[in-house]
Amino acid sequence: MTHPEHLTIHEAHDLLKSKQISSVELTKSLLKRIEEVDPKVKAFMTVTGDLALQQAAQADKKIAAGECSPLTGVPGVMKDVLCTKGVRTTCSSKMLEHFLPPYNATVIEKLYANGMVLLGKANMDEFAMGSSTENSAYFTTHNPWDLTRIPGGSSGGSAAAVAAGEGCFALGSDTGGSIRQPAGFCSITGLKPTYGRVSRYGLIAFASSLDQIGPMTKDVTDSAIVMNAISGRDERDSTSVDCPVPDFTKSLNKDIKGMRLGIPKEYFVEGMQPEVAAAMEIAIAKLEELGASVERGVSLPSTPYALAVYYIIAPSEASANLARYDGVKYGFSFQGTDSMWEAMEKTRQFGFGPEVKRRIMLGTYALSAGYYDAYYLKAQKVRTLIRMEFDKAFEKYDALITPTSPTVPFKAGEKGDDPLAMYLSDVCTLPINIAGVPAISIPAGFASGLPIGMQIIAKPFAEETIFRIAHAYEQATGWQKMNPKV
Amino acid sequence: MKLSREEVLHIAALAKLGMTEDDIHHFGDQLSNILENFEVLKGVDTEGIPPTAQANSVCNVMRDDVIAPSLSQEEVLANAPKRDGEFFRIRPVME
Repeated sequence: MTHPEHLTIHEAHDLLKSKQISSVELTKSLLKRIEEVDPKVKAFMTVTGDLALQQAAQADKKIAAGECSPLTGVPGVMKDVLCTKGVRTTCSSKMLEHFLPPYNATVIEKLYANGMVLLGKANMDEFAMGSSTENSAYFTTHNPWDLTRIPGGSSGGSAAAVAAGEGCFALGSDTGGSIRQPAGFCSITGLKPTYGRVSRYGLIAFASSLDQIGPMTKDVTDSAIVMNAISGRDERDSTSVDCPVPDFTKSLNKDIKGMRLGIPKEYFVEGMQPEVAAAMEIAIAKLEELGASVERGVSLPSTPYALAVYYIIAPSEASANLARYDGVKYGFSFQGTDSMWEAMEKTRQFGFGPEVKRRIMLGTYALSAGYYDAYYLKAQKVRTLIRMEFDKAFEKYDALITPTSPTVPFKAGEKGDDPLAMYLSDVCTLPINIAGVPAISIPAGFASGLPIGMQIIAKPFAEETIFRIAHAYEQATGWQKMNPKV
Repeated sequence: MKLSREEVLHIAALAKLGMTEDDIHHFGDQLSNILENFEVLKGVDTEGIPPTAQANSVCNVMRDDVIAPSLSQEEVLANAPKRDGEFFRIRPVME
């Protein structure tokens, strides 16, 4: 085992099961890798070394006893928006700097039950609001492919950790592209499942009608393995859906002959970099070569409204969700006053960063008396139009193919203090959350050494279709095997 | 459309967000610019289109009210900035 840092889940599993490596050995080598490269990449908010080694030792006992699920003894990294019992969970916010959750998120419980080893918690944009990790209240994560560039966001720490070989896999959360955009920027595989496929219990809420948790992995097989572990109805999340969970790995290793793929023209937006458009052309040609029937020029005419719809709905929900940070029950609490209201206002003034405040303000405005119909209700109606267009497209096509992002990863600081410029980096991913459908980003090449992601979108609960196409493409191209030199 | 200083202060008060003078100017300009970009929605014909609050069809989920273990008082209070025995301690609400 020469490069433990590049092991996928399924490769690690094979080695663990055949006792060629122990989980303790694997965990130690990944902790050493973190020590070596994380000062440069800065993917981790918290490294849980001692806990990881304890869990690894337990996993080794299970393996010795013949219990070896695909995740037993496999070290993973969790975005710091997921509650981990007794392990600091900050949401990369000063508001939760010392927060120790009293319970585990359902996805964490499920991964623990499968024998996962927790390596640590990954940096992110504060409260998952952002596209670069530059909104983290602590530090910016660097893209392992070019340390002067951002890894994308908000799950930028998770993506960078996986790309840099600081963990076998990660979980992220995706409200408007926060799994897929960083996956694309770091050349890894990131799936946003169908809304309701994975329980959100213990996911610190941003926009509850859009948020989903999903896997960020080194290849498509790993994505299917993690989905097998985390999917399913959970009584503690009433929006999780009671829909049968298939064995997603059964969708792998199938051909895509005759599958109908649509290329929606609205996703090839103005301002898209020519390198991205060129890479997409090559990727689409590859899908055709693999036997898919591709139709270009498909139209989803309401797509250009998605940005406005998203930036009304998401901040509105955020303004309600983040009302809980009042300095009373947990989190930062301003102490320098005897006035209840002043304490609350100061707690929120000093506890939240600028982007979080901006979105709370935006959402509060959109929901306030006199503006509700013009903004929030109008956005919800246009949301219906966007959903209907997807429904219609999926009557004709098995999946839609788009770029994940209109650009390659940008330089840290490049978007400056222009929130709209930053919001535009998510134009290709936002409509998917609005419609609640599943989508994956997989590596689709490079432009001057910088990663480009391809997005595959399917109808609700058709993750199997996505895996089938993604795996066929991945096996034909091998982009997932490329690793950055950190 | 440009948000006035009064509007910014009104929203901040509704959101219980303390603001510096700089914040008021800064957020005022940025929010105005963002809201201006949202004007595109006004041109969309949504006559007879119902709103979508959530994308999947699940609604009114019911379950039996079963007694089950919950967090202990100690766990619930463990992150409290200020506590008084088994209570969260807050400042006087009525003056």
